[in-house]
Amino acid sequence: MNEDTPPAPPPSREPVSRRRALIGLSAVGGIGAATIGGFGFARGALTPEKLTPARFADRFEHVFGRHEGFRRNHAKGLSATGYFTSNGAGTVVSTASVFRSGTYPVTGRFSLSGGLPCAPDNASVVRGLGLQIDLPHGEQWRTAMVNIPVFLDSTPQNFIDRLVASQADPETGKPDQKKVKAYLEDHPETVAAMKIVHQHPPTSGFENSTYRGLNAFGFTNEDGQTVPVRWMLVPEEPEGSEKPPQEQSSEDYLFENLVRASSAPLQWHLILTLGQPEDPTNDATKPWPDDRRTIDVGTVTINSVRAEAPGNARDINFDPLVLPDGITPLDDPLLAARSSVYAQSFARRSRETHHPSKIDAEAVRRA
Amino acid sequence: MRNGATVRYALPSRLLHWIMAVMVVVQLLIAAVMMASLAYYPLLLALHKPLGIVILIFIVIRIVNVLLHRPPPAMYTMGLWERRVAKGSEFLLYGLLLIQPLIGWAMLSAAGDPLSVGPMHLPPIAPEQTSLFGALRVVHSVLAYLLFASFTAHLCAVLFHTLVLRDGLLSRMALWTKGWAADHVETVADEAAEHQADVNSEADSNAHPVKDGRWLGD
Repeated sequence: MNEDTPPAPPPSREPVSRRRALIGLSAVGGIGAATIGGFGFARGALTPEKLTPARFADRFEHVFGRHEGFRRNHAKGLSATGYFTSNGAGTVVSTASVFRSGTYPVTGRFSLSGGLPCAPDNASVVRGLGLQIDLPHGEQWRTAMVNIPVFLDSTPQNFIDRLVASQADPETGKPDQKKVKAYLEDHPETVAAMKIVHQHPPTSGFENSTYRGLNAFGFTNEDGQTVPVRWMLVPEEPEGSEKPPQEQSSEDYLFENLVRASSAPLQWHLILTLGQPEDPTNDATKPWPDDRRTIDVGTVTINSVRAEAPGNARDINFDPLVLPDGITPLDDPLLAARSSVYAQSFARRSRETHHPSKIDAEAVRRA
Repeated sequence: MRNGATVRYALPSRLLHWIMAVMVVVQLLIAAVMMASLAYYPLLLALHKPLGIVILIFIVIRIVNVLLHRPPPAMYTMGLWERRVAKGSEFLLYGLLLIQPLIGWAMLSAAGDPLSVGPMHLPPIAPEQTSLFGALRVVHSVLAYLLFASFTAHLCAVLFHTLVLRDGLLSRMALWTKGWAADHVETVADEAAEHQADVNSEADSNAHPVKDGRWLGD
């Protein structure tokens, strides 16, 4: 292939006949077509009914519309910063650096579930808290938690089916009750999970909510023992001491109250719940028994809540599988799906024009 | 008379070619399945990242190798333009295999994602900036398709030579044969010269390979 070097002598070569040439051409064409077809199949192009991360994100866009620059779910939110103070107690169950005594910077995001970045706040909408804890040697722990005690769906397919079934009708603005009912009839696990959710009504605001990781992870300690763990953030402020609700004050009352509350540091205890071998690790709709051992491993302190902006939580993909060494995913199918769909949402919004989020935290503070 | 070894690529070149061929095909497949799978995305991504770094290391070694070992002369069955296209596609593949892992790495840096290969944590090579991630993410996809297209074209071109022209092109890169035996070369030389004369007469009637004592008219 080098034009400067002297040419090669002819290699071994068999005579070319028309028949052999045709067979050869067919083989070349066949192998070429098989290569392209095989790649297309791997890429999911030949199986339009298969639920891929892109099609998952498409359905969110179908249900909520496309809102440039925003997350496809949990679109409405505020950025927060603070730190995690580890008390060292977690080292009993995991070698993860986050559990060694010390203080680690935290970037967080408070959000409401749903793909509408300007939806009015509502106490019954699921609240989210995403955290990124920066650890030594470039490690990170990212987690995205919600304020409900169990998840409503056991698989990603169920999740997206329920989302589509409960899509608001464009004419009435409300979900079609027939479709919702039909879905629930086929999914007793969702009905059971909803019952548990109703037994734990939401608190008055973001600042006094308990946030749970819901999915189970494997925690491995120095002795190589792995236990299933679910974690939660329990607010320092007792839930009984909440202020009277100010629901009618504004469409964004939940976020505005959070901004006001954050004038003093907000604190949550990070509590690990250790599962027993019989506790389900692959089904986030199932609660673990109340008597499971818990460990308080430290305190998350949020001392600043700001509007989403370049370089803060706006630009973090709270991928639940960015984990420090010592924590691993188990067999919950939701985790892999969350990781892949969040990546898809992040890829889409990162190439779109960003618009300022609705809540102007500075204005709320000044008022 | 040349011996068989001189018309083949040097052994390090052939070893590097096939090791990388396997890695690149596996990497393309991983990428394709990964992007279409809810269930296997994390697992495949965990393979995709370190494999990309390994490919990056190998392409650097390969670029050094190609500077140390001259490739064998062009095939007598290849005309001037085919040689130019072949040379160009070779540069394209080398370039893509160098740039694509670097873009993948830079993507992770721009997204603020940690990157570790085994126990080793790799530093960021681009500023943490979402819009940069968005752009790199698009480029990574475009180059992946370009790499796949180049690979497929390369595969089909080699197969065309091997199965249709039957000129033994593939054996220049083969690990599994000894290359062309010298005596075999002589027995087919006349027939090959005749063929070459046909090929060249269309493009350049002055460049008769035998008359010039060269197999390829330059």
